[in-house]
Amino acid sequence: MKPGHGEVLLAEGDPRVRAEEELLIEEFRRQLDEGMWAAVPTTNAGSGRREAQMVRDFGDIPEGADRVIFFPRASGG
Amino acid sequence: MLLALLALALITFVLAIPMLVRELGRRRAKRQAARAPRGEIELPLYDPGRERRAEQRARELLKSCVNDEEWAMYRDLGFIRVSGKHSRREADRPGGGPAYAYLVYAHKPIVAFVPGSGQLLSEYCVEFPDMSGTGGRHRLPASDDVLAKWMALTSDEDRVIHRANMHLVGRQLDPARVRRDLWRLAEWERRRQRRRQVSRSE
Repeated sequence: MKPGHGEVLLAEGDPRVRAEEELLIEEFRRQLDEGMWAAVPTTNAGSGRREAQMVRDFGDIPEGADRVIFFPRASGG
Repeated sequence: MLLALLALALITFVLAIPMLVRELGRRRAKRQAARAPRGEIELPLYDPGRERRAEQRARELLKSCVNDEEWAMYRDLGFIRVSGKHSRREADRPGGGPAYAYLVYAHKPIVAFVPGSGQLLSEYCVEFPDMSGTGGRHRLPASDDVLAKWMALTSDEDRVIHRANMHLVGRQLDPARVRRDLWRLAEWERRRQRRRQVSRSE
């Protein structure tokens, strides 16, 4: 999510393919270095409700996640 | 005869020189203008549809992330209710529901309230500022702001609440309006429940 623009596709690829995984990791780190927060929309296994999972490392991304959403970190308004 | 033709050709050439010089100059100027960098005072064109398209994309993204009920709530009422995760005692959870919940508005503070009684607890002022460093102060589209709050609350409630500025309800939001929104929400849920019962009985 980019202020003033909305949703912008940063990178896409299959993490099972080595070259594409490197590209995804590089973009993931770049976004976090820029101070963004990363979250993955998931479904709670117990309640079945949808929620988000914050990820701080590429390895934290749940297997099978189809996207990671980056958004500016929250601050007091 | 040949000499006369040569002389004529020479005279024609001499007379044509100013025209040739002018034409070459014009072509050179055109080439330079094409090659020259854009003028510094040239302003980018304002695209009046950009924000509308961004909001449209944001709505699609929000719809794809939240629960069906939450999406319908946002579409019909303009806000989303998110349950709080903490409670000191089991008795604070009436009917097993959450002890407190939040109303998430776009570009407005998050409001905490008690679902059972409708008591307003506090408002949390939080924003997601532009971190690109490109200057200017852009905001997220409204639906992206709601999604960012939803993701932050459902994934790491404590972190976003600790970062927010907490006030009693009334600093930025009109308490009467929030109470009215809670009443609208209750009515909306009642209608939805009734529709569900009717469709089940048919």
